[in-house]
Amino acid sequence: MTVQETQSQRKTMDNKKEKIVKIITSVIDKVDKNQQVSLNSILVQLRDLLLVIGEMRHEISSLSPQEIKGKHIAGATDELDAIIVATSEATGSIMDSCDVIQEKSSVIGGEEANVINEEIMKIYEACSFQDITGQRISKVVKTFQAIESKVDNLVSILGVKVHDYVPNDDDDREGDDRFLNGPQLPPEAISQGDIDKLLAELDAQD
Amino acid sequence: MAVDMNMNVLIVDDYTTMLRIIKNLLKQLGFENVDEATDGTMALDKVKSKPYGLVISDWNMEPMTGYEFLKQVRASEATYKTVPFIMVTAESKTDNVIAAKQAGVNNYIVKPFNAETLKSKISAVLGEF
Repeated sequence: MTVQETQSQRKTMDNKKEKIVKIITSVIDKVDKNQQVSLNSILVQLRDLLLVIGEMRHEISSLSPQEIKGKHIAGATDELDAIIVATSEATGSIMDSCDVIQEKSSVIGGEEANVINEEIMKIYEACSFQDITGQRISKVVKTFQAIESKVDNLVSILGVKVHDYVPNDDDDREGDDRFLNGPQLPPEAISQGDIDKLLAELDAQD
Repeated sequence: MAVDMNMNVLIVDDYTTMLRIIKNLLKQLGFENVDEATDGTMALDKVKSKPYGLVISDWNMEPMTGYEFLKQVRASEATYKTVPFIMVTAESKTDNVIAAKQAGVNNYIVKPFNAETLKSKISAVLGEF
């Protein structure tokens, strides 16, 4: 869905909301003012209300809430989890190297070793970024979960019929844009070994 | 009184990277006997099992937070009730610091921190070393 389509849908929803509020206000006003309101007139207003709610349910359904939950939020959460794993592994490697350098510096000894140790300490201090990054990402994941829950509630309250999200490989992007997918998550990512093997196979076909 | 550099120090954090960083910094400062725990429950078991001269704990952990761990330590009747306790956490709200202080924390370090900060806070709690 494009930005324009989303904005247009939001505008339509706002209009419908206003319409519902207007109808309800009108009914309440009439009852409040103790006017002689015929049952028929109230039924007409209620039918209008029903029609507007029906249209809204249809529009929410067409927003594919299950896709938001099953694809967009799930995908974003997986990517964030992958960041935590990758930064954790990288930080571990950096610290492993620091340990080796520190060990070797003790062989050198003297002022040189002290300087090396001080610099190693700075690297260790800087590595605490991983902890902070992880905690911030966890907060974002919780926000996504809250959005997911709100979408579920909205769907449930309005009794919208939604279809289960079925993942598909449909990609409406065209041309070279189709190749722009960024780093892949472990199940989809292929290793350098797989790439070498694939290239070798392609070479063999030539 | 001089700080006993051979004292047992307990560090508590659910991030193994952080445990490694703190352990290394403590080693650089001269503390060799450092034990690790990854949440409050494990840490509580540790303090019950042997005497510690210092506890350095994170706040945000599951299932037992560092804050709960601190409260249980201070509520105890055992000898570990008075162990010096430093909170090292990313929780940087004033309310957190106040709550920790009221629960009996001896000092509070906000992440990220450096060796100098760690040394100065340990000195503030245990004395110069």
